[in-house]
Amino acid sequence: MSLVVAQSLSKTYTTSVEVKALQEVSFNIETGSFVSFVGPSGSGKTTLLNLIGCLDKPTEGSLVVGGVDVVQLGRRDAAAFRGENIGFVFQSFNLIAVLTSFENVEYPLVMVQNKPPGERRTRVLELLQAVGMSDQKDKLPDQLSGGQKQRVAIARALVTQPKLVLADEPTANLDHETAYTIIKLMKKMRDELNTTFIFSTHDTRIIGAAEIICTLEDGRLVGCEEAHG
Amino acid sequence: MGNLFKIALRNLRRYKRRSALTVSLIAFGVIFVLVFVAVTASIKDFMIAQITDSYLGDLQIHRAGYVASIESLPLNLNLTPEGASAIEKVLGGLKEVESYSERIKFGALFSNFTETTNIRINGVYPEKEFATCSQMLSRISQGEKSVRALERGKILVPSLLARGFGVKIGDTVVVVATNKDGSVNGKTFLVSGILESATGPGGRDGYIHFEDAMEILRLSGKEVSEIAVAVKSLGRVQEVAQSIRGGLGLGEKKQKGGGLEVHTWSELSPFANIARMIDVMTFFIKLMLIAIVLISILNVMIMAVYERVREIGTIAAIGTLPRKILSLFLVEGFCLGLTGAVVGVLLGLGIIFVLNLSKITFDFGQTTGLILAPTIDPLEVIMASIMVIAVSVLASLQPAYKASRMEPIDALRHV
Repeated sequence: MSLVVAQSLSKTYTTSVEVKALQEVSFNIETGSFVSFVGPSGSGKTTLLNLIGCLDKPTEGSLVVGGVDVVQLGRRDAAAFRGENIGFVFQSFNLIAVLTSFENVEYPLVMVQNKPPGERRTRVLELLQAVGMSDQKDKLPDQLSGGQKQRVAIARALVTQPKLVLADEPTANLDHETAYTIIKLMKKMRDELNTTFIFSTHDTRIIGAAEIICTLEDGRLVGCEEAHG
Repeated sequence: MGNLFKIALRNLRRYKRRSALTVSLIAFGVIFVLVFVAVTASIKDFMIAQITDSYLGDLQIHRAGYVASIESLPLNLNLTPEGASAIEKVLGGLKEVESYSERIKFGALFSNFTETTNIRINGVYPEKEFATCSQMLSRISQGEKSVRALERGKILVPSLLARGFGVKIGDTVVVVATNKDGSVNGKTFLVSGILESATGPGGRDGYIHFEDAMEILRLSGKEVSEIAVAVKSLGRVQEVAQSIRGGLGLGEKKQKGGGLEVHTWSELSPFANIARMIDVMTFFIKLMLIAIVLISILNVMIMAVYERVREIGTIAAIGTLPRKILSLFLVEGFCLGLTGAVVGVLLGLGIIFVLNLSKITFDFGQTTGLILAPTIDPLEVIMASIMVIAVSVLASLQPAYKASRMEPIDALRHV
C-alpha cells in the first residue's frame, strides 16, 4: 500500500530569478519502506522532503500522504497533520536547548498530542531505551555528543508513532562511524515499528544502507532503484 | 499548562542576565510606584487630617446659600433652632457619624483696649468641637489644652492676632459684633489660649463658647451657622454625606432645594485641588510604570523570538499549533511580569516598612515635625501587580503573535 503518492510535483521559487527546485517529479513510496533521496547539493532533496512533510506546497502537481491530499491542507490543518502523522529528524538535530533528552522526546506528546503523563513516560522511556539513550535521559542537549543528539532526535520523531519519518541529511554533521550507526538505528526502528523512513543524503558512504534509492538531479527524479546493500 | 510554564521558565533561565535585568527594571518600577503612592498618600492623609481635624470637620451642613456667602458670614442665613434640632436628630441616628459640633460664626471687632481689628469668631460647644476636630487642642500653643479653655467668658485668640496685638494668656479683650437686627453689642473675654493657625480658610478664626456668642448676638434661640460633622472613616465621607442627605430628605441633585446643603471637606477646602493633583501625579507615575514594563518586556520578547527562530521552526514542524506557540511566548512574558511584580512588591513593602521605622519628619503649614508614616492600601498593591502582569502579557503579544505566524520552512532555514 502506498503511503506517499506524488504526481508531477513541481516547485518553483521566485525571487529575483526563477529557480525550478523540482520539476515533474512522480513516485510512490510504500508503507514500511526505507527510502533515500540522493543527489548533489541543489538537486531538490530538501525541497521534496519539505513538500512531503507538509512544510511547503508544490507549485504544481498532487501529493497524497497517508491517503490525505496534503496540498489542500491549510496552515493549521497541516500542523495538526504533521503532529499526528509525520516525524522529523533534522541535520542539525534541532533539539530544544532548555529541555533534557527525556523532555525533548516527551515534547510532542505534551504539546502536540496532549497524552496523559503515565502514557508519556512509558513511551518516552521505551524509545530512549530503543535508541540507547536511557542513561542520558536527564542531560541537556549541550551535554550530548552529535550522535547522541541525533539519537534523541530520532526518538522524538518516533514518539508520536507517526506513519512517516522524514530525515533531511540526518548524518551530515556526524562522523562516518556515527553516521552509519544512526542509519542502522533508523533501520532498526523501521523494523520494530514498521514506520516508513524517508531520508535525504549526498553522503555516498551511507547511501548503501537504504533499501530504495531515488536519485535527484537538477530537480528531476532520475529514477528509484532497490539497493542490495 | 504546567509544561508551558516549565518551558517558559527554562527559557528565561537560559538568558539569565537579560531576564534578571528585565525583572530588575520591572521591580524598580513597581517599587517606585508603591513607595510613591505610600508616601504621597501618607502626606495627603496628613494634610487632609490637618484640615478636617483642625477646624473644618469631615463634612458640614448649612442652610442653603450660606456657603456661597460665607465670606460675609451672614447671620440671616443661620439655621433656625428647629432646623438645627432636626439635623441633630438625623446625625444622632447615623452610626457612621463619630461626632458633630454646632457653630455660630460671625464677624466682629477685637480690641485689647488700645488697638482694634477685625476677627472671625466661632461660637462652639467645647466638648463637641474638640470631639469633632480632634486636633483643635493640639493647636493651642499657649494656655490650657482642655475644654476649660473654652469655658464661658474665655476666648481662644489666633496666634497671628495675638502676636500683632501683644495679647497674652490672662489678658482681657473685648469682642464687639453687630447682630442681624443691626444693633451692636460687646463682651469682655479672658484670653485662655493662643491658637496656632491652620492651613486654609477658617484656620485663623477665634473661638468662644456658643452661649457667649448667643449673648453677643442677642439670640433668644440656638441659631446655628453650620454643623461640622466627623465621620468614623474619612474614606466613606461621601456615603455618609449621602446618608445625611437622605435623612434630611435631600436628593443628591436637589441638595439645595430642601433649604439645606451638605458639603464634604473636599467641596469646602481648596486643598482638595492639591489632593487631586497628587492623584493626577500618581496616575502619571503609574503610566510611567506601564511604559517601563511595556518597553522592557517588548524588547526582551522581540529578542527572544529573534534568537529562537530555528527553535520555533522546529516546534512548528513537529506539529505544535500556532496558538500553543503563541501561548509559550505569552507565558514567558507573564512569568517575567509576575516575577518583577513579586520582587517589586516585596522590596517596595520592605522600603515602606523601613521608612516607617526611620520616622522621617516633615512640616506642613504651621505644623512642624510631622512624622512620615507611609502606608499602602492592599488594593493598590494588588492593582499595581495586576497592571504589571497584564501589561507584560500585552507587551508579549506582538512578538508571540509573530512567532506563531512564522512559516516553519522559513524558520528552519534561519541562520
